[in-house]
Amino acid sequence: MQQYSGFGLLTHSLTYHENWQRVWNNPIPKKHYDVVIIGGGGHGLATAYYLAKEHGITNIAVVEKGYLGGGNTARNTTIVRSNYLWDEASHLYEHSLKLWEGLAQELNYNLMFSQRGVLNLGHTLQDMRDIERRVNANRLNGIDSEVLTTAQVQEMVPILDCSKGARYPVMGASWQARAGTARHDAVAWGFARAANNLGVDLLQQTEVTDIRVKDGAVVGVETNRGFISAGKVACVAAGNSGVLAKMVGMDLPLESYPLQAMVSEPLKPILDTVVMSNHVHGYVSQSDKGDLVIGAGIDGYLGYGQRGSFNVVEHTIAAIIEMFPIFSRVRLNRAWGGIVDTCPDACPIISKTHIKGLYFNCGWGTGGFKATPGAGHVFAHTIAHDDPHPLAKPFNIDRFTSGQLIDEHGAAGVAH
Amino acid sequence: MTQVNRVAAAANQHINRNRPLTFIFNGKTYQGYEGDTIASALLANGVDVIGRSFKYSRPRGIITCDSQEPNAIFQVGSTQATTIPNPRATQTELYQGLTASSTNGWPNVDFDLMAGLGKIGGAMMPPGFYYKTFMYPQSLWMSYEKLIRKGAGLGCSPQQPDPDEYDKMHHHCDVMIVGAGPAGLAAALAAAETGARVIISDEQNEFGGHLLCSTQAIDGQLPSLWVKDIVDKLTTMGNVLLLPRSTVFGYYDHNLVGINERRTDHLGEHVTTSSRQRVHKVRAKQVILATGAHERPLVYGNNDVPGCMLANAVSTYINRYGVVPGNELVLMTTNDNAYKTAIDWHQAGRKVVAIVDTRTTSNGELVQQAQALGIKVLFGQGVINVKGSKRVKGVEVAAINAENHSVSSAISHYSCDTVASSGGWSPVIHLSSHTGSRPVWNDDIAGFVPGETVQQQHICGGLSGVYALSNVISDGFKTGSTAAQDAGKGDGSYASILPLINDPQEDPAMALFHIPHSKPTSRAPKQFVDYQNDVTAAGIELANREGFESIEHVKRYTALGFGTDQGKLGNINGMAITAKSLNKTIPETGTTIFRPMYTPTTFGALAGADVKHLFDPARFSAMHKWHLDNGAEFEDVGQWKRPWYFAKTGETMQQALERECLATRNSVGILDASTLGKIDIQGKDAREFLNRIYTNPWSKLAVGKCRYGVMCKEDGMVFDDGVTACLGENRFIMTTTTGGAAGVLQWLELWHQTEWPELEVYFSTVTDHWSTMTISGPNSRKVLEKICDVDVSNDNFRYMDWIEATVAGVKARIFRISFTGELSFEINVQANYGMHTWQAVMAAGQEFDITPYGTETMHILRAEKGFIIVGQDTDGSVTPQDLDMDWVVGKKKEFSFIGKRSWTRFDNKRDDRKQMVGLKPKDPKFVLPEGAQIVFEKDQPIPMTMVGHVTSSYYSACMGYSFALAVVKGGISRKGQSVFLPLSDGTTVEAEICSPVFYDPKGDRQNV
Amino acid sequence: MLLIHCPYCEEMREEEEFSPAGQAHIVRPLDPEVLSDEEWARYLFFRKNPRGLHHEMWLHTHGCRKYFNVTRNTVTYQIMESYKMGQQPSVTASEKGQS
Repeated sequence: MQQYSGFGLLTHSLTYHENWQRVWNNPIPKKHYDVVIIGGGGHGLATAYYLAKEHGITNIAVVEKGYLGGGNTARNTTIVRSNYLWDEASHLYEHSLKLWEGLAQELNYNLMFSQRGVLNLGHTLQDMRDIERRVNANRLNGIDSEVLTTAQVQEMVPILDCSKGARYPVMGASWQARAGTARHDAVAWGFARAANNLGVDLLQQTEVTDIRVKDGAVVGVETNRGFISAGKVACVAAGNSGVLAKMVGMDLPLESYPLQAMVSEPLKPILDTVVMSNHVHGYVSQSDKGDLVIGAGIDGYLGYGQRGSFNVVEHTIAAIIEMFPIFSRVRLNRAWGGIVDTCPDACPIISKTHIKGLYFNCGWGTGGFKATPGAGHVFAHTIAHDDPHPLAKPFNIDRFTSGQLIDEHGAAGVAH
Repeated sequence: MTQVNRVAAAANQHINRNRPLTFIFNGKTYQGYEGDTIASALLANGVDVIGRSFKYSRPRGIITCDSQEPNAIFQVGSTQATTIPNPRATQTELYQGLTASSTNGWPNVDFDLMAGLGKIGGAMMPPGFYYKTFMYPQSLWMSYEKLIRKGAGLGCSPQQPDPDEYDKMHHHCDVMIVGAGPAGLAAALAAAETGARVIISDEQNEFGGHLLCSTQAIDGQLPSLWVKDIVDKLTTMGNVLLLPRSTVFGYYDHNLVGINERRTDHLGEHVTTSSRQRVHKVRAKQVILATGAHERPLVYGNNDVPGCMLANAVSTYINRYGVVPGNELVLMTTNDNAYKTAIDWHQAGRKVVAIVDTRTTSNGELVQQAQALGIKVLFGQGVINVKGSKRVKGVEVAAINAENHSVSSAISHYSCDTVASSGGWSPVIHLSSHTGSRPVWNDDIAGFVPGETVQQQHICGGLSGVYALSNVISDGFKTGSTAAQDAGKGDGSYASILPLINDPQEDPAMALFHIPHSKPTSRAPKQFVDYQNDVTAAGIELANREGFESIEHVKRYTALGFGTDQGKLGNINGMAITAKSLNKTIPETGTTIFRPMYTPTTFGALAGADVKHLFDPARFSAMHKWHLDNGAEFEDVGQWKRPWYFAKTGETMQQALERECLATRNSVGILDASTLGKIDIQGKDAREFLNRIYTNPWSKLAVGKCRYGVMCKEDGMVFDDGVTACLGENRFIMTTTTGGAAGVLQWLELWHQTEWPELEVYFSTVTDHWSTMTISGPNSRKVLEKICDVDVSNDNFRYMDWIEATVAGVKARIFRISFTGELSFEINVQANYGMHTWQAVMAAGQEFDITPYGTETMHILRAEKGFIIVGQDTDGSVTPQDLDMDWVVGKKKEFSFIGKRSWTRFDNKRDDRKQMVGLKPKDPKFVLPEGAQIVFEKDQPIPMTMVGHVTSSYYSACMGYSFALAVVKGGISRKGQSVFLPLSDGTTVEAEICSPVFYDPKGDRQNV
Repeated sequence: MLLIHCPYCEEMREEEEFSPAGQAHIVRPLDPEVLSDEEWARYLFFRKNPRGLHHEMWLHTHGCRKYFNVTRNTVTYQIMESYKMGQQPSVTASEKGQS
């Protein structure tokens, strides 16, 4: 793999950048792969990379019906954090955050992982109790997290309205300093490049039309480019997971909802951290390009249209103005939607299935982006060993029957 | 400075020379006229450099006259409250005193220190360069990032809150027409004549669209007269709403159109006569998109030097504003249409150096007209490079071979100061793709047109690829009448007669986007595609070489289309370059999807009036003013403002709480409990319904009695609780938590309507009908007796009974229920008598020193009794059994009530579930922090095994020690054992698990 | 933003007046106690989540407060019909050949 560096840029500038290598190839599909991963988003590509790097499985295809990283990877608000409430979730997200911290160097691709910190605001006494509870749990789980007073929040974000006159005055916040944002597309591209380099075939514009099962075991996938035989098939298709599951007669406890996000026009630096408020119902950070990147709650109806309803945009912007009155004259440049697949307990499924060799990683709701390396890592382990990674175990599909749900609704709310 | 480029008034001009306006740009004062945009006024004044480019800091000038403008992005406004970041100079109307500045350039746009760096460093900054560097050492990225952020961004956010107001209007109409150019106006007239309710909006200050800058005669007259005639007709019709200065920013599902009307921005910086902007939300039966087309620039070497402009923009400045933005013009075109620009320039009395036509020939009427004027036309050639830095000085022209993208002759040099280019027109398809419709490529016009849609949508005019004016207008008439008919108005015909228009015969245009250079693109002078993000043709080709082949990848990797013009200017050219380099057709590289907003839309306008106190209107009880007058601090509970505690002068919160608690336990306290949800449930099956919804039985609750109940969701987890009283055999009044009221009502209705419609039961929410005050404490009866007409002695009025009575002359329901564990009476009166009754109770209680208390004291007193608060002591993962409240679960109920089945699931039967207990800290003065996590083993490495957490924790003034409620794994069978709480300050405290009932465990006090 | 026909009010009203209430035609088992945990979990948590036609419930929250059913395409967001509680849809996936 051609090594990237500032020196490389300098030397390539002498040859007018004519000699940069391809980041990935466009191979013809082979007849057989040991593992076929359906879905070329961040999670699928990370899974392929870790399978190849840590488990020595390199005869892999990532099958993507569109272009790499074109789903929710391309549509999220790029927040990375691990200060979740429940042990099972926080361990998984912290595993992911630790991987994030060295990922640019490992992949030799600058993912612009910016550990600028995330504030989760509390506006009511119960918010603050919940924050205390979560921060204490984080601390004892070894995750950096602290509770800030209103004065500390105000000092950190002077433009935030912390006055008592606000409709829901800021009473404090949780603060995770190691959390932050990353350049979303780069994550997919970095994993794709590294996986490609390890021999993984990235098959774009290749749509799976059926998953073939024989005698209770998966044997391959039908695609618009023909049948591809596979020893194992791993589904990492986010909002479309349910469609894949139906191909093998499986139901998943998932529902797919529109989740909208939006950006302002670029501004000179004005906001240095990520500010999230479940109560006021909006969150915002500023990208390196200067856009205010704003997130909303999900729309309440099922939707695969990659768009939601306008009133959600209106309410979200009102929430942003409530928190930051000075943004009232700033202008909204673009709003869009993704499809988030959510489980009843707001936690993902990383699981084997009753079909041998068929695996699912889905149901990330609004938490998928931040989990990208961690999810890929534990899912790769689960596939390679046909046995769940210890961190993935609580996220098996059987929990819906046993009642051992991991309820993250409190920690998830609108905000990611 | 004088307006050097302002020329004598031509007939079709739309500026008012009798109203000169002064304005300030980058600290200098200039003059323009009413009707000008900032852009036209700056060009009139001969200002060339209006900004610097984002990455390379190159000097930039005005390129367009509309929403495509990538460069003239300003900071407009003179105060930190009213300043606006990033409006386009081309769309900002001039007003007296307007203050604007460039958004990039340091120390200023004419002398930019970064430009040197841009020249040197630029070579090292191909697209995606940042992915390839700044990685080592890892620790330095945050510092690199700071520098990158500093360089990025355009304008600055205001620093002070917005003094302006915004509002919204909702409309329903038969036909909504977007765009008031010739097609839109014709459509509006045809639709309106059927009697249909019509709304027509246009982003510009005047209707007319393309006709505002055209000199083409209609009925032998100036086009503006035709426009005026139609607008006059529409204005007099009662069924038409005309919205100028109103941009349709979004087209949403089911024919919802979002319009932002700018009401005062053209009048001044802060105008108080009306809202600044207004969002109109229009539900239209039929939508006609008549958004026209945008001209495409050509991509050629150094095409960003100030003086390089779009051909149609040049014509617009001349014809509409009387501004000729230069002296010597070279026009490069792929089509006949742009010849108009050279003719306009010539007729304005300035020199046309040459028309460079990339086609080998053309005999169109406009071509002949130009040649007849003596203008030199060079066929088969292209402008391959521009000379100059802060203004065009000349061009390099050569014969080009479009097929193999090469230059096929020697280079000729021409001196000029302006280069106008036209690569044809792209229909403005943005709105049609907002609702998920994918545009389709049309080879005939070399552009995308709207694709199939599920909306009730019509398109006409330029948007559908119809460009000749007579066709545009007739298309407008036809579409307007068809849309009206589809909306149920008219028969699809129209009365208007097509005006007489002589459309020049045009020869075919050439589909060319990128002008070759004698060097390969990678080595040629920079050829800009998307100016705002400094995306070049070389950059796009590099992205393709690196494997970014899908147009979405190209866009994301190079930032093509990610500027504030959202790719209006550059997307098609970028796609064309990608297609060529991958040897594909443009549609094969993908399509271009646009999202709302069509142009950037003010946050304040989107929020409308839903800001400040209207963001989420607060709810207040009838006694709120009393609370305010008596020093209450408030707590937000749901939407309610509830008194939290009543501090007397000089008291700390803790002192106030201790006083309130002691007064209540020792004498009498009073709480405003009006906010608790109240649902009136009636019907002959009301009782059975309660049996199914609550976990406990209701069959035997007699009239006049009250009972506490718990509700679970079907997963078995507690979600609300409260007391329900039997008002009559078939009537109950249910109370819910304050925050849960709406959700509970919805829950009841859900089950009734979807599962058990056979039950005769009715619900109505009566929360707001009642004012509720709870008097609690050993002297509460004495207070009540003074003002109540009924015997409330223990013999006559038992615990958990309710009675009707008159209190302070007001009809009341009194419930003898207790959340404090004391003798308690909950007095409910009609809401409007709340204040009166409260004051009467206070007066009656004066001799007992009746003490108002807030939610915090209520929380302490109930916690002393081990009463839960749903949402504080529970979190959606707690069963009644976990709360040690099996007593509230009916064992013999016939119906398998909501939640029951889930308790037998494996995980819900485990005895190591987190269960509610009391905690006594070892140090009786130490109040455990709420939210503290609990461990069994004190000395554990991190990560520790956590077994629960503190849900409620207080110091009890009544008991003289601190205590807490908590959930602990298997806690119910661990009473007497110690647990540990590792706190955030590093200390670990010990506490003992005990019963959650701390005070009066037998419940004697409430029964007296 | 959707425009929804309330079959009780017999009017088209803005989405903001309504609350989505999930998949329609889920019948609560008459005797939950006899169900296996798997069957109970299926009732509690598993939904069709189709990409295409979906029969779903909405509540006219700020109107008549009636729950009713809607047949809607989850990709195009087109609403085919709305009908009262207890009624059956007239547009179904099989007719349209959608899953």
